[in-house]
Amino acid sequence: MSHDGPVQSWAEDFDIFDRGFVADPYPVWSELRSGGCPVAHSDRWGGAYMPTRYEDVAAIAHDTEHFSSVQVSVTEQALPDGRHPRTPPITSDPPDHTWARRLLLPFFSPKVVERYEAVTRRLAGELIDRFRADGRADAAADYAQQIPPRIIAEILGIPVERSDEFTEWVRGTLEFGAQDPELREHYRLILVDFFRSTVAQRRAEIDAGRPGQDIITFLLQQHSPDGEPLRDGFAVNVCTLLLVAGIDTTWSSIGSALWHLGQHPEDCARLAADVAAARARGAKPELLPIAVEELLRAYSPVTMARIVKEDVEVAGCPMHAGERVLLTFPAANRDPAVFPDAEKVVIDREVNRHIAFGVGIHRCAGSNLARMEMNVALEEWLARIPDYRLADPAAVTWAGGQVRGPRSLPVEWT
Amino acid sequence: MRVHVIEEKCQGHNRCCSLAPELFDVDDYGNAHELNDGVVPAGLEAKAELAAANCPEHAIVIEA
Repeated sequence: MSHDGPVQSWAEDFDIFDRGFVADPYPVWSELRSGGCPVAHSDRWGGAYMPTRYEDVAAIAHDTEHFSSVQVSVTEQALPDGRHPRTPPITSDPPDHTWARRLLLPFFSPKVVERYEAVTRRLAGELIDRFRADGRADAAADYAQQIPPRIIAEILGIPVERSDEFTEWVRGTLEFGAQDPELREHYRLILVDFFRSTVAQRRAEIDAGRPGQDIITFLLQQHSPDGEPLRDGFAVNVCTLLLVAGIDTTWSSIGSALWHLGQHPEDCARLAADVAAARARGAKPELLPIAVEELLRAYSPVTMARIVKEDVEVAGCPMHAGERVLLTFPAANRDPAVFPDAEKVVIDREVNRHIAFGVGIHRCAGSNLARMEMNVALEEWLARIPDYRLADPAAVTWAGGQVRGPRSLPVEWT
Repeated sequence: MRVHVIEEKCQGHNRCCSLAPELFDVDDYGNAHELNDGVVPAGLEAKAELAAANCPEHAIVIEA
């Protein structure tokens, strides 16, 4: 079986970077699921499995005995010198994972995230004011992509005005560099250098008796379970994770939601009416949060990966140690065994046990933040531009691989 | 009706607290627990069931 080139068979030679698959992966997953091969395999990237059923994806995510998180990118082994950059807690297993995660979770609890709602709302409004009178915009580049970098910069206490650079670095590591190890390493080193100097500044402030109030300062004052002060390098790695994880995942979700609503006027009108009614009575929208969950289900952006630790069988499919498994959350969330009308977006779907943020001990630590950003971004858009549509559906471009969302999304309104 | 969050299963998705804030709250780590000893006041049964049905970890138990 070839290791590159066009896909020969989706069951035995899948390629998550295939252009057609990136643009529309759902038919492939549907055929695999119903065609008697719910776990696909590919020899690409050193060997990888792709489960498509909810039950199997959830079981693998919960099974930290057989599946390791030391690398969560399927292409990462292609690094030239064989090193595995560590960004805990995402790239770690218990017990290291447990305490590293506990350090971060309080910064992303629902109550803490609420503090960033006002700044998110203001930012969304300012962005729309820039293009509203034009009657057209790129809803991905001019809007969705502008929000998450600025909010995570606020949280990390790094210069918000450098957000465009942060965006470029993150796209460099996740998107442009997904299949280009040298380019990915180039951008990773830029990120590491930036956070090394930021962490050094925070350390100097602590040493001078003037500690800041930010998450980086907090990390530098913590101790590992064996009582050692946390190394600056640990804070650098955690910051890199927070920036990378907090940017293109959320903008992909916002972009996919706007893509859907831009071609489903009935859904768009219902949600715009919900937002308008809520504002008229000074309350929060009622339908929008339900629709956000449905849009997260139907257009889940993130696919994680695990490494098989020891030979194991999933759904009758033997998995060999050392190979990768994709945690195909977007496929799981379209499984008709769990979701009636799984391929259909039902914006008032109330029973929705989707796993867009993963499941098990690695549940996205930023899920509360992402949900807040999505709800606010959509609410502010629908309040100002309630009636818009895709300007040219054929002009929409998608990024894919392990994070899928629109990168160019021309829309227009009158 | 009573609700109970199985602590070992909860991973802090916060679905229950969003859907039924009258019945659930979360701690500083985002992990959920039931309020009012899990007693579901009359009229909130549907919310309790919705919270359980939306928990990705199947961490909510309902006792009739």
